[in-house]
Amino acid sequence: MLDDATTAQQPLSRLPWEPGVSKPDPILVVDGMRKAFGGLVAVDVDHLEVERGMITALIGPNGAGKTTFFNLLTGFDAPDRGSVLFDGESIDKPSPHTLAQNGMVRTFQLTKALTKLPVIENMKLGARSQKGEHFFYALLSSVWGDQEAQIEARADELLTRFQMGHMRGEYAGTLSGGQRKLLEMARSLMAEPRLVMLDEPMAGVNPALTQSLLAHVKSLRDEGITVMFVEHDMDVVRDISDWVVVMAEGRIIAEGPPGSIGQNKAVIDAYLGVHHDSALDIEEEEERLAEMHEIEADE
Amino acid sequence: MIDWGFIFEQSLTQAIDFNAIAFVLAAMGINVHFGYAGLLNFGQIGFVAMGAYGFGLTLTWFGIPNVFVAVLIGILFSVFFALLLGIPTLRLRADYLAIVTIAAAEIVRLIARSTPLRPITGGAEGLNQFIGPFRDLNPFNASATYGFGPFSYRGTQLFVIVVGWILVALVVLLVRQLMGSPWGRVVKAIREDEDAARALGKNAYWYKLQALILGGVLGGLAGMVLAAGNAAIQPDFFAAPQTFLFWLVLILGGVGRVWSPVVGAVLYWIIITFIRNLGRQLVSAGLVPTSIIDTSQIDQIQFWIVGLSLALLMVFRPQGIFGSREEMALDAR
Repeated sequence: MLDDATTAQQPLSRLPWEPGVSKPDPILVVDGMRKAFGGLVAVDVDHLEVERGMITALIGPNGAGKTTFFNLLTGFDAPDRGSVLFDGESIDKPSPHTLAQNGMVRTFQLTKALTKLPVIENMKLGARSQKGEHFFYALLSSVWGDQEAQIEARADELLTRFQMGHMRGEYAGTLSGGQRKLLEMARSLMAEPRLVMLDEPMAGVNPALTQSLLAHVKSLRDEGITVMFVEHDMDVVRDISDWVVVMAEGRIIAEGPPGSIGQNKAVIDAYLGVHHDSALDIEEEEERLAEMHEIEADE
Repeated sequence: MIDWGFIFEQSLTQAIDFNAIAFVLAAMGINVHFGYAGLLNFGQIGFVAMGAYGFGLTLTWFGIPNVFVAVLIGILFSVFFALLLGIPTLRLRADYLAIVTIAAAEIVRLIARSTPLRPITGGAEGLNQFIGPFRDLNPFNASATYGFGPFSYRGTQLFVIVVGWILVALVVLLVRQLMGSPWGRVVKAIREDEDAARALGKNAYWYKLQALILGGVLGGLAGMVLAAGNAAIQPDFFAAPQTFLFWLVLILGGVGRVWSPVVGAVLYWIIITFIRNLGRQLVSAGLVPTSIIDTSQIDQIQFWIVGLSLALLMVFRPQGIFGSREEMALDAR
């Protein structure tokens, strides 16, 4: 496992650890992206490149603008200004559905399993370019029947891979939180994405499923799919990411391999405030935060 | 004494008459809107009115004595109404459409009955000189009476009923085919969670617009059946409360099931006609004193029944006749 990680990180190992550093083969390039809600600047990113075929983690304290940034990249929110190059193509006015059709598929922090559709229908929905999704073609089963059968076969394959084959006929509403996360990830793969954006993939997942989810995320990378994800859990970040991008107050304050981030001064400042005594690693930092909360509570 | 035979005969006759057919079609439209696409349409009667007037005006004011052209124009009127309502509101939250539909349906009625438009729409009297070209197509003998079992219809009535039920059969097949197709899957996904569908590459706005148009056209067809059955178009029939009778029919049958509007409408007309006729006979036979209720008040009772049964349905059987309660309970996220 450790070997995997090191080989995967190879192309990034010589990069300087600084915000906005240019990567050898970026799939996503963001320039001058800014979004303000009234007087609050939620996102203000000068430059960011996401390396193809890698797992990039986006971390930062609460309110850093990670989810807003995610929404801007995936077209769920419109930036005030800024440009995005996805796989060399400029995305002028991104809308979620055109981005997804072009291979950038996202998941959500609060899972969006379609509760009143069976698991298998959830999966089949993900497939791209379905003829039967056109109103008039839909009237003739013979036009889309073959494609539907292929899609169903692929959906079953994926469900088996995600160990959900036995649940194919059940309503997605009966699944547990972790199973919904798995379903959402499997469903996004139905769209044959080049870039998968996972918004807090581990939030609300019971520990037993965490390892399985992590393994699936890594297997995406092994298939050549680029993964970008938002996460709070530092263990998860260290375990699976090849590169970490840190946001605070809407800006990108640091980038680097996961091992380096804990020692980065800007990151510690962002998490703990500037007036701390000395550099801490993440565990100590979390302890410190917990202590601070206790003190606040006592007062 | 009470003539039970007459009451049952009346109830069954109404159950398959053109009113029931129009209710099936209108409720089927709401089912497409709400049951499948999750669109809240409280102005279905507006679509019904657009269909009826499109049909009637083609045959009168436009001066085209061709029924098929009239049907096409009626459909186009409904499509236009759907675009008018959908384009500004479907990008917004679901409740905006609901607000707009209920108001827009009233606007249609008020415009149709307005005095300045009297030369075109007939104002408050409506249209009643358009049915000729439709009756010319009638293969049955217009003056003969056709009977089978407890039913007996004049030739003109029978024609409307036969055409109407053929239309219902076609619409049931159409909705079934669409909702079992990938198109239906996208529409249902949008009902469940629009953002999830968008994240998977589906243009939610466009699909919602398509569903709004489809359901609206079904409403328009209902209007044409009413126009043909009544041989008249009365603007004040298209008042807002009518929409809720269609909703009752849909909820009675079960939201999001293909057959529910058919069963719901037939049951509705049996129940309503039964109550109305029984009430009248009870009063005229002196079994209920006129100091409590007289025959002219009986018709009001059916609306109490509608309100009461909607409330009871929502409490005891929100899934209707065909729905499954487990499926309804899956809302929790």
